[in-house]
Amino acid sequence: MNTEIRSVVVEREIAHPPEKLWRALTQPHLIAEWLMRNDFAPVVGHKFTLSGDWGSVECDVLTVEPGKSLTYTWNHVHADPAFDLRSVVSFTLTPTGSGTLLRMEQTGFRPEQKQAFGGARYGWEQHFTNLERVLAGLEQGGAQ
Amino acid sequence: MTEPHDILFRTLADPTRRALFERLCREGEKTVGALTAQAGVSQPVVSKHLGLLKQAGLVRDRHEGRQTHYSAQLGALAPLVDWTSQMTRFWEARFDDLENLLRRMDQ
Repeated sequence: MNTEIRSVVVEREIAHPPEKLWRALTQPHLIAEWLMRNDFAPVVGHKFTLSGDWGSVECDVLTVEPGKSLTYTWNHVHADPAFDLRSVVSFTLTPTGSGTLLRMEQTGFRPEQKQAFGGARYGWEQHFTNLERVLAGLEQGGAQ
Repeated sequence: MTEPHDILFRTLADPTRRALFERLCREGEKTVGALTAQAGVSQPVVSKHLGLLKQAGLVRDRHEGRQTHYSAQLGALAPLVDWTSQMTRFWEARFDDLENLLRRMDQ
């Protein structure tokens, strides 16, 4: 079993002040507008669910620093290990001259994740890159 | 444990099958006839490959009159796709929506 831990980092300069961004990250009706339906509360230990059309994510608030940072678990529990994901999502807000630098880091693993997935055996890896390109063009924001 | 991956790799290792699958991904649902027209192989060969793609869960068929329509099942690829690239695309798209929301919000 390979439980390699990996990270995803997405950063963006947002032309709005941290206080306003914080509201969008922590008020349920606003979170629903850009992320998913939810019962979030900015309280350490609060358990909530993010619900999308494709399924739901179980979350647990880990840290809250108003206007600065927010961390919660992001566990997508699925019977098929290929979809199962255990991770932690951290948002960090840094004021800039014209707005805020928003940084999202997601760290985690799939319990049954396999390195290279045995693809080399079939000489398939180069084609996989093409396929990812196709998928990137098709996916309009939904995590599968 | 490795069987689902093995089936996907074996199925997509064949260039004709891969081309059929990628075409269905890009262009959406197609009939066997439409796929044959550009596949460079005969209709029975195309049908055989579509059958194998179907067995692997990569395509779905839908019968309408005498025609069979095939479409790609992207979910079947999930075991092969690194979750980090999926999530990167997910967050990029979510941040787009976040910026749209912020523009609509009061100061």
